[in-house]
Amino acid sequence: MDTQAHPGADTEARMMTGAEIVITALQEQGVEVMFGYPGGAVLPIYDALYSTPEIRHILVRHEQGAGHAAEGYARSTGKAGVALVTSGPGATNMVTPIADAMMDSIPMVVITGQVPTHLIGTDAFQECDTVGITRCCAKHNYLVMDVKDLARTIHEAFLIATTGRPGPVVIDIPKDVQFATGRYIGKDGVTRRTYQPQTEPHPSLIEEAIAMMRKAKKPVFYTGGGVINSGPEASQALRDLQKATGFPVTSTLMGLGAFPASHEDWLGMLGMHGSYEANQAMHDCDLMICVGARFDDRVTGRIDAFSPNSKKIHIDIDPSSINKVISVELPIIADCGNALTALNTAWKGTRPEKPDLTDWRAQINAWRARKSFAYSGSDTEIKPQYAIERLHALTKDRDTYISTEVGQHQMWAAQHYHFEEPNRWMTSGGLGTMGYGLPAAVGIQAAHPDALVIDIAGEASVQMVLQELSTAVQHKLPIKIFVLNNEWMGMVRQWQELLHEERYSHSYSDSLPDFVKLAEAYGGLGLVCDDPKDLDSKIQEMIDYDGPVVFDCRVTKAENCLPMIPSGAAHNEMILSEITGDEIDETGRGLV
Amino acid sequence: MSSNQTDIPASAYDMSHIDEADERRTLAIIVDNEPGVLGRVVGLFSARGYNIESLTVAEVDRRRHRSRITVVTNGSPQMLEQIEAQLLRLVPVASVTDMTKSKRGVERELALIKVAGTGDKRVEALRIAEIFRARVIDTTNESFIFELTGASDKIDQFCALMRPLGLNEVSRTGVLSIKRGAEPG
Ligand SMILES: Cc1ncc(C[n+]2csc(CCOP(=O)(O)OP(=O)(O)O)c2C)c(N)n1
Ligand SMILES: [Mg+2]
Repeated sequence: MDTQAHPGADTEARMMTGAEIVITALQEQGVEVMFGYPGGAVLPIYDALYSTPEIRHILVRHEQGAGHAAEGYARSTGKAGVALVTSGPGATNMVTPIADAMMDSIPMVVITGQVPTHLIGTDAFQECDTVGITRCCAKHNYLVMDVKDLARTIHEAFLIATTGRPGPVVIDIPKDVQFATGRYIGKDGVTRRTYQPQTEPHPSLIEEAIAMMRKAKKPVFYTGGGVINSGPEASQALRDLQKATGFPVTSTLMGLGAFPASHEDWLGMLGMHGSYEANQAMHDCDLMICVGARFDDRVTGRIDAFSPNSKKIHIDIDPSSINKVISVELPIIADCGNALTALNTAWKGTRPEKPDLTDWRAQINAWRARKSFAYSGSDTEIKPQYAIERLHALTKDRDTYISTEVGQHQMWAAQHYHFEEPNRWMTSGGLGTMGYGLPAAVGIQAAHPDALVIDIAGEASVQMVLQELSTAVQHKLPIKIFVLNNEWMGMVRQWQELLHEERYSHSYSDSLPDFVKLAEAYGGLGLVCDDPKDLDSKIQEMIDYDGPVVFDCRVTKAENCLPMIPSGAAHNEMILSEITGDEIDETGRGLV
Repeated sequence: MSSNQTDIPASAYDMSHIDEADERRTLAIIVDNEPGVLGRVVGLFSARGYNIESLTVAEVDRRRHRSRITVVTNGSPQMLEQIEAQLLRLVPVASVTDMTKSKRGVERELALIKVAGTGDKRVEALRIAEIFRARVIDTTNESFIFELTGASDKIDQFCALMRPLGLNEVSRTGVLSIKRGAEPG
């Protein structure tokens, strides 16, 4: 391996077992909480953990839960999430969270046990090719064959997981390596010559960007998860730059919270279920400043009709994001926070007055007047949008964190729960993993014991990794699972209405459990509500309960999530109020 | 493909075709020589739907554990830009050089070619081998094995000429490349 390690003054080289090296390295990396599940191939590490009360280990009920919990922990703290699982099935159960963390650029270190080195390749009990299986869905991975490589490998893994474009790193450790004795090396000086992410923007590009920004008549900031990943300073720099320029801001699903939703220049989320004003502004702008976003297909709609008349600046730490989907005039490879700070300085240094955007503002306000997130209310039924609105109203003044599952409820949460700060919104964007939200809430609550942590769920998604309710009860993590129960895989039902002439093939959530009894069976509180008049008091009851709650919120069954840009359509071809079934042409039908 | 009775390709992959606008490129990829590194590079090509026309790999710097992977690929200019960027995302990849674009690249391939035949064909095979400066490295009464180095199209041409003379087996290294001039890299 090509890592240079110089034991630092306070991290003197010491001899210890591989298992102790793992725990010592985790402690040196500042790990306070980890999520895991034991098994034969990680017992030595579990043994070392037994005498390390400084690290809080949250025992999950399924390894997928450990992975998503680590993701939730990471996303809500900005630190790496850590998971520990055994070989074979333990490792394969982790594949979904690893792929999820890769897609959403979440820093995560996964430690997997492996059969002893002399058994590798013999189809030994609980052997699987973990590095082979995770090679294409992790940022990097290692099989540590020699205890002398172990400490530096772990430090290098943290370095790679948390720097550059963050992502999951897997360390596969054979059992004999855990037992072997080796030298511990501290993290100081551990680098990797072939891994040097560029974090500082080139000054001449910043100047060019400023010149383009000065000229713009119809500018828009299009920000993404990269701003969140870059830390709270990046969100602050975005706010400062917006204040100085007055440019309107939209964000991807992953970027919500970087810019305050209560701000008058906030356009709302963009993309498939984004606001009309955000998508129109993207389509009609003359300058698009993309910060830490990646022109995902959920955002761009039809590529050849994407923002036809704009010049584009793309700030991203990952050079492969540049020109991958959309060609841009000015790519800036840098950490978002650094680039935004440099833009701030340059903007203020030259001519600090705000450009006149009166016409553009008027245009945006006209689009805004369409009220694209509006829905028809009801006195008798709980509309899902209304449920999110009330949830927001009753929790916004608290220290609240929101996670979601995947489906309509996720999009309604993004539309109607308005985020003011970064790191408050945890959702599976890139992979779209049903079952993410509940274990993510477990991880968030473990990081923020006194906060109010709510998983906005669908009745179908929540059943995917439901057993983690038991984890929440065991570890006294008072998460609230707010199920928008529409008795349908609503998003699937909506697509079948849109694309398959209302042939609802296998999308009804039949034989649902009694969620109240289910909560009670696990040792939590179950609440049910089907009347809009009771909703506030029931939500309050949920908030006030000191323990895990499952809230069965019975909402309108066949509500569609609108507005919507159908697959294969352009930004300015949104469905605003009603689905008729002929919105999608033949090409669109083939898309996802 | 042996069958000409039917239009069905032997493999689904035979159905793909190279686009007119595609360009061919030779990439020199310098990597840390560690277990699995070739898997990462090759896996990236297959996962993202990039083509590999030829691939060679060997350690070139024992002391620094560096290997050189030479890939011949093709694609649209945008895809080629992505291939480079995606390769550089792999942690053990130190550098990627587009040898075709650099203009200074020279390319060579080595081939071992078995030609079996007797009489006139055998004489003719030897005569062509001389013209191509191929070396005979093994001979029996009814066969030769030729060793030939050169640009890939020279080897193609040689094989084409040998086919009617009894060519029955070919082994090729794939393309190697290096830049002209005194400077490294
Ligand atoms: C693991 C996984 N399997 C399948 C899907 C496809 N899928 C997307 S949304 C959805 C339905 C979700 O239903 P529910 O959780 O009830 O949410 P709703 O849309 O009704 O709000 C399905 C099946 C997915 N995203 N993830
Ligand atoms: Mg549902």
